[in-house]
Amino acid sequence: MAVLVLADADLGRLTPATARIVAGAAELGPVDLLVDAAAAEEARSLAGVHRVLAAALPATADALAQLLAVLAEPYTHIVAAANASGRDVIPRLAALLDIQPVTDITAILGPTRFERPIYAGNATETVSDGQAKHVLSLRASAFAATVGENSAVVSNISPEVASATEVIAEVRTQSERPELSTAQIVVSGGIPLGDRFALVEDLAGKLGAAVGATRALVDAGHAPNDLQVGQTGKIVAPDLYVGLGISGALQHLAGIQGAKAIFAINTDAEAPLMKIADVALVADLFEAVPAVIAELDRLGIKR
Amino acid sequence: MKILVAVKRVIDHAIRIRVKPDGTGVETANLRMSMNPFDRHAVEAAVRLAEAGQADEIVAVSIGPKAATDVLLTALAMGAHRGLLLETDAKLETLAVAKLLRHVADEEKPDLILLGKQAVDDDSNHVGQMLAGLLGWPQATFASAIELADGQATVTREVDFGRQTLRMSLPAIVTADLRLNEPRNVGLPMVMKAKSKPLATRAVAGLGIDITPRLVVETVTPPRERAQGRVVATPAEFAQAIAAEIGKMEPR
Ligand SMILES: Cc1cc2nc3c(=O)[nH]c(=O)nc-3n(C[C@H](O)[C@H](O)[C@H](O)COP(=O)(O)OP(=O)(O)OC[C@H]3O[C@@H](n4cnc5c(N)ncnc54)[C@H](O)[C@@H]3O)c2cc1C
Repeated sequence: MAVLVLADADLGRLTPATARIVAGAAELGPVDLLVDAAAAEEARSLAGVHRVLAAALPATADALAQLLAVLAEPYTHIVAAANASGRDVIPRLAALLDIQPVTDITAILGPTRFERPIYAGNATETVSDGQAKHVLSLRASAFAATVGENSAVVSNISPEVASATEVIAEVRTQSERPELSTAQIVVSGGIPLGDRFALVEDLAGKLGAAVGATRALVDAGHAPNDLQVGQTGKIVAPDLYVGLGISGALQHLAGIQGAKAIFAINTDAEAPLMKIADVALVADLFEAVPAVIAELDRLGIKR
Repeated sequence: MKILVAVKRVIDHAIRIRVKPDGTGVETANLRMSMNPFDRHAVEAAVRLAEAGQADEIVAVSIGPKAATDVLLTALAMGAHRGLLLETDAKLETLAVAKLLRHVADEEKPDLILLGKQAVDDDSNHVGQMLAGLLGWPQATFASAIELADGQATVTREVDFGRQTLRMSLPAIVTADLRLNEPRNVGLPMVMKAKSKPLATRAVAGLGIDITPRLVVETVTPPRERAQGRVVATPAEFAQAIAAEIGKMEPR
């Protein structure tokens, strides 16, 4: 068994997802971590990494898939994060290798047995993969990060791959808040927030939480697309998820099934999110949220 | 300029599915079926490009049982010109679907292939990328805007950090996200009228493409039930419950 993991990095820094997927992948065998050269130092200190492969990684999926295909030969498993970048490249790589990929894995039951959710998380499939190679993506939120120190060997490689695609613009959401898909606490807002999304950020700020939103609020232009939580947005698995003015459509619930505790504030006690919440408050969020913040202040809660 | 758009028939997205008690799959009997929502955005994008004079022909293709003719008729009613059903009752993995679509692409020689970014049944999010890999074409997944000019596509994508815009030459593959457009609704009369448009059916079995599954689905299980929650009466109690929850958290 030998595993090649594609690190998740942005602007030369590893994202919190990397330590989690390395932890998952380490269950399969010794991990070689492919990383952009800029993040190589950070990568070699990650516990669970056997060797770092550092390269000037291509920015687009066509070239990255080609590179991974070239590197694939000695590995039994090739693993990436089940986020937008991993979802872009893993299936393409799998097709190049003539392998059926297994993606969005939430549990590794053995080297060739995996669990993955289907139907917006309303069912879980256990699949066994008897192919010669396994091309996989892991949901970072389903695995705990590796802990400990390391100083893995770094091998520099200079891949020769070409892209037929040019990146001509990027718009980055600027935020002080922690990364959503791996955050310990998430506070999300629904459509009633309208242009008062700052209220969600206020409560999140108090709790050291990441912020999220429903598709309805993103569609309405009141929150950036990368904050959408759900079947077609980001998957979160915090210890605490606080939903403000969110009905709890099945596509939204798909994104929060891994949450340990779900808290909700809604004027409608019958809203599906209220029905599944561990703690529910029937109230107008515009009145309740400032009062919640005031009480948190009184209790001296600050993270 | 020819566009191929792939559409899948799935259990309607509004239906909450149930897992069969024997763990062999989900209940599908007597459920409303419809076009995968993401594919509706893909069809809409194709039709708008045609309406803007940027495409002359839209071919909609679906792979599945005879009943998948439904979703092809919907695509035709939305504005596609011609339909093609690759008929099979087999349960197909995404690699097989991509190989079948490559076969269609080799025959039809489209300049652009549009697909939904994922299907809401298996939630795979594979086929566009796999097809692009098999054809060796550039890809732009999770598209929220598409522009065509001078034989190139400029596509804005929804990504982890926000949005990214890519430019690539045609032929290319684009997968649609939900904010790409607002798909038009087509009523039954329009679907009936679409029956006059050409719609060909071919058997998957005759194409000589290996569609044997590579994976074994051992079981399908329902999600675990969440414990019964409680209702608190005041924002202060809600805040106290948050504080208690934080008190239980382990550092991570
Ligand atoms: C293919 C597909 C994919 C989708 N993917 C996603 C996804 O990834 N993520 C996602 O979120 N959605 C997704 N959706 C959309 C989803 O179906 C719902 O439409 C959406 O989640 C609803 O958002 P909402 O809860 O903000 O709005 P609503 O459903 O309108 O709910 C608003 C809630 O706010 C409550 N409320 C109103 N005013 C107040 C107030 N003053 N104080 C407190 N409560 C108040 C209401 O009682 C209601 O419960 C998808 C849909 C489709 C078809």
